[in-house]
Amino acid sequence: MLKPLVDDDGAPYFAYAAKGELRMQACANCGEVLFPPRPMCPRCQGMEFAWKLMSGRGHVWSFAVPRPPLLPDYAALAPYPVVVVELEEDRRLRLVGNLVAAEDADIDSVDPATIEIGQPVRAVFREIEGLFVAAWTPDE
Amino acid sequence: MNPTPLKDRAAIVGIGQTEFAKHLEPSEKALACRAIAMALDDAGIAAHEVDAFAAYTMEATDEVEIAKAVGAGDVTFFSRVGFGGGGSCATVGHLAMAIATGQASVGVAWRSRKRGSGPRPWTDTVNQLATPAQWTRPFGLLRPVDEIAILARRYMHEYGLTREQLGAVAIACRNRANANPAAIMYDRPLTLDDYLSARMISDPLCLFDNCLETDGALAVVMVSAERARDCRQAPVYVHAFGQGLPAQHHGMVNYWNDDPLAGPSWIAAKQLWKHSDLGPADVDVAQIYDAFTPLIPLSLEGYGFCGKGEGGAFADDGGLELAGRLPINTSGGGLSEAYVHGFNLINEGVRQLRGTSTNQVDGASTCLVTAGEAVPTSAVLLRRD
Repeated sequence: MLKPLVDDDGAPYFAYAAKGELRMQACANCGEVLFPPRPMCPRCQGMEFAWKLMSGRGHVWSFAVPRPPLLPDYAALAPYPVVVVELEEDRRLRLVGNLVAAEDADIDSVDPATIEIGQPVRAVFREIEGLFVAAWTPDE
Repeated sequence: MNPTPLKDRAAIVGIGQTEFAKHLEPSEKALACRAIAMALDDAGIAAHEVDAFAAYTMEATDEVEIAKAVGAGDVTFFSRVGFGGGGSCATVGHLAMAIATGQASVGVAWRSRKRGSGPRPWTDTVNQLATPAQWTRPFGLLRPVDEIAILARRYMHEYGLTREQLGAVAIACRNRANANPAAIMYDRPLTLDDYLSARMISDPLCLFDNCLETDGALAVVMVSAERARDCRQAPVYVHAFGQGLPAQHHGMVNYWNDDPLAGPSWIAAKQLWKHSDLGPADVDVAQIYDAFTPLIPLSLEGYGFCGKGEGGAFADDGGLELAGRLPINTSGGGLSEAYVHGFNLINEGVRQLRGTSTNQVDGASTCLVTAGEAVPTSAVLLRRD
């Protein structure tokens, strides 16, 4: 699997995810919540940030179901759904991620035929090559 | 001060292209030289007169090598536009600006690719995770088609876009290619049944929603409108030019924009029409960047040919066919002629205005050419006397 790249801007995200917390970069000056992380707030040009705890709840905004040709690790699990989830706090906070039956399940563990745009999901945390990231499970 | 100094000040007077194939023997550099030499010959302009070059990123051969090989003189302008396929039309726009402002007198733009021979760019796992992609690729959104599939499904959900409508886009391009001997799909008809039964690549997008993978090179030669009148070929003027990189854009995945279905074409279009005497209703024929079928309806909306969410319906009932409301991609486009990062659309735009297309639109005097939607993009409006 491809391991996410950790850069200066995104490092806090991964540190919190390792503790099971979904936190988003928030401007310490104006409070704007940002994704993806970046070095400057586009609203007020502030460069100091806090990391705001999210509810971990959201809705499926859209999804795709890739099939080969794919990189070998992914081809072995295809077809698998990839979802874009909008967070409950702000619809512009849309995260690309995997929809899984449970946090220890593979990325092909949810039948794509059962997924609907708008369905509620909640965050769980999954390891990719030693890093933790948010993934999503159906939320009844 | 004239607020639109670009308008019709520069013209394309030469075009050249190699053959298109799944695999060609010469190197990208050699193919580029061949296409440029053909374009200069078409224009009747000597290589030593060339003093400007424009290219776009993902081009493997640089201006230094090209200028040296083709025999250019001293070069006073060169530019390289970012973001791959979004830069095709910007090369023409940048040369038009350089010529209009006196920075250069004879410009060459080119594209050479061996995508048919080499590995797919997305299989390069070292460069896969550049900062913008780190938030998408690890989750299995590996290829451009996966990124566009997400947008396509949302488009279907929000506006009722159907697979049949995407099929109509693929078929319109294929029908044009079937009449173009230079096209890879010259002798390969496509039916809606073929489309609907094709294997999925990234559901909801199937094999025929994807462009070809092609080897080939193309080039254009540009001069001032004054000089163009004395050239061998009838001039094709650059009437207007626009680039677009929307606020809060993220390459290929506009998902963090307020409205991800309003992509870079909306920004390029606003700029293009602002500096044009013409509007969408005046466009006789269009060459719309088609790496994937959904880019066509999204672009039709962005450039103002129909309302938001109406792009799919526009393709129905033959709207994009030769006799339709807006004939598109008359050489077959990236879907069915060749995928050379959109540069073949520029050459075809020129042929339409010269009256030499294999799918000629009667009396065509204006042609819109667009570059890649979903990445920072560009467009030119071409016209003839």
